[in-house]
Amino acid sequence: MSRKVELSLLLYGLLLSSMGEEEGLHQTQFLDTMFVRGLKRKCFDGEEDIEGTLAGIKAIPSYNLQRQSLLDMSLVKLQLCHMLVEPNLCRSVLIANTVRQIQEEMTQDGTWQMINTQSTGQASLDRLVSTDILCRSSRDQAEGKHVPAYGTFNKDFESDQAQDSSETMSTASSVQAPRNLQSNVWEMENPQENKGNFQKSLDQIFETLENKSPNSVEDLFSEVDNSYYDLDTMLTGMMSNTKMGHCDNLETFSTPTNTASNSNCKSDLNDLDHIVEILVES
Amino acid sequence: MEGESICEVDSGDGLGADIISTVEFNHTGELLATGDKGGRVVIFQREPESKNEPYNQGEYNVYSTFQSHEPEFDYLKSLEIEEKINKIKWLPQQNAAHSLLSTNDKTIKLWKITERDKRPEGYNLKDEEGKLKDLSTVTSLQVPVLKPMDLMVEVTPRRIFANGHTYHVNSISVNSDCETYMSADDLRINLWHLAITDRSFNIVDIKPANMEDLTEVITASEFHPHHCNLFVYSSSKGSLRLCDMRASALCDKHSKLYEEPEDPSNRSFFSEIISSVSDVKFSHSGRYMLTRDYLTVKVWDLNMETKPVETYQVHDYLRSKLCSLYENDCIFDKFECAWNGSDSVIMTGAYNNFFRMFDRNTKRDVTLEASRESSKPRAILKPRRVCVGGKRRKDDISVDSLDFTKKILHTAWHPTENIIAIAATNNLYIFQDKVNSEMH
Repeated sequence: MSRKVELSLLLYGLLLSSMGEEEGLHQTQFLDTMFVRGLKRKCFDGEEDIEGTLAGIKAIPSYNLQRQSLLDMSLVKLQLCHMLVEPNLCRSVLIANTVRQIQEEMTQDGTWQMINTQSTGQASLDRLVSTDILCRSSRDQAEGKHVPAYGTFNKDFESDQAQDSSETMSTASSVQAPRNLQSNVWEMENPQENKGNFQKSLDQIFETLENKSPNSVEDLFSEVDNSYYDLDTMLTGMMSNTKMGHCDNLETFSTPTNTASNSNCKSDLNDLDHIVEILVES
Repeated sequence: MEGESICEVDSGDGLGADIISTVEFNHTGELLATGDKGGRVVIFQREPESKNEPYNQGEYNVYSTFQSHEPEFDYLKSLEIEEKINKIKWLPQQNAAHSLLSTNDKTIKLWKITERDKRPEGYNLKDEEGKLKDLSTVTSLQVPVLKPMDLMVEVTPRRIFANGHTYHVNSISVNSDCETYMSADDLRINLWHLAITDRSFNIVDIKPANMEDLTEVITASEFHPHHCNLFVYSSSKGSLRLCDMRASALCDKHSKLYEEPEDPSNRSFFSEIISSVSDVKFSHSGRYMLTRDYLTVKVWDLNMETKPVETYQVHDYLRSKLCSLYENDCIFDKFECAWNGSDSVIMTGAYNNFFRMFDRNTKRDVTLEASRESSKPRAILKPRRVCVGGKRRKDDISVDSLDFTKKILHTAWHPTENIIAIAATNNLYIFQDKVNSEMH
């Protein structure tokens, strides 16, 4: 498998592994059959006990799982933007709208409040994120505007703050990517968390949409720490992956593997790749 | 349809710079322009028909190649600006020269294409190479005469319309007044005068005050072919807006809004994405509009805003695969659509190098393939079929074996004759219909 494919697998694998082994069983074919029927459940009726299903037969995951993985996929897509060239705004808006749609449905369902921590060491990655964050301009962030958002989620998250800060940097850098994204919204009052790391990376995506004022640029770089660089490496390494846009990705997502341990080496390699790419193209 | 003259626009550098990104016939159909990802424009010219070589008549050969756009770097945002040509539009010919507009994400350029087939010879002061003659050798005066020479096609940039767009330009359209044109990006549409490069008028602006409220972008736009005050633009939510420039300076308020209500039985998380309009084209008559969204092409009557008058399924078998297509980003592919000269047939591309044609009168449709194997010169194109399980005929392709990397996004139809140009990645196919046959 090429390195590019491995790296996208890495991120997706991490997202899936956070949901638990059994939940990673789903494949996109099943997602397709579920989604095409447009099933909408009005009340949350609990997830199927997938562990209990017959061994050897792949269970069709519940609608909620399907929806959750679609949400995760969408978040990954929004994060894996071209950093060299401006991201396609139409695509970003459509994905963000999809995320919003899922959120709204989950709020109605009541499943929003059910989303909570896993017993595993890593904080769960399947957190819903307000799309406000995704579309925010950097200036708003710098001014510390409070996001008018989902109160219950806020409370749940704060209880996990302690868990977050205990993460080690190396392997967790990639894991922290989506988590920090959410953490920063409600972060204004919680300075102990690494503020604005991933948020800033994401800000870069949407800042390209607006002209930066000199002040906000300084704000952007005022609180850089190690994890930011790791993340940056990771994200820039990701760029080469997004150039695919072809069916190769289908295969990568169908068999999630646990590649968390290799993340460091891979990001270094991809960093090199990226530099070489720039040199070659210029 | 008879397959003919496969022209390969392939620089062979393997970096994908030769992927064709736009195809456009000029108003007579004599010239065909293609733009590619590397910022180059290649113009083909149709050979004049001659009695001596009846089989060569109507073939398109390379007329001129030039580098239209170069890659740039936006220092303020630390981002690259791609040189990929997004759109080419020809200006109506007003003298011996041809003119076209080409655009990348940010800058529109006006190019003038002229021919030179004579050159003056017999200067008194200069010799053949242009060096000054020694005056002592000049004993008599002569009048320089024009002598024929090999045809030389010269392309010069006449205007550069820069700094008009913050977002990526997705369409340009020349007005029927032949003096102005518009350029549309994701959030704004500007009106330019062809002779003025340092300013433009903003006629549509859908950027919200707060970018976090952004939920809809402009995807395509076009001027009405006859009414110079009317234009249409499509959105990522599947709506069309017809605007009248006489109504106000800023046409944020549409004159007409064309939107089809959503089908509740087909609703899914992907409904909005697949409803996003990727292309809009007025019919030659000006009475209808053609739109392409992910799974269908629709014909709209300008007088009816509530729903399209015709809807054609391009590849409905993909409806059950939307999640996979979302995952591999194919769901965001922007397919174009085209009318034939008489507005009776519409055409659009699909995957696996297939393209589809729909006859509006007979309601028949056909799927054809643009590939080297099936398109030997003067071979007849064989209709293809995609089977969705169930009975499978010989030569049918199953949905699961479709190649999603081979997509036909750009197609063009000759303005008057049954000649079509199909761009398949880095190959250009030109098909002609020698006999005016019906769709089958």
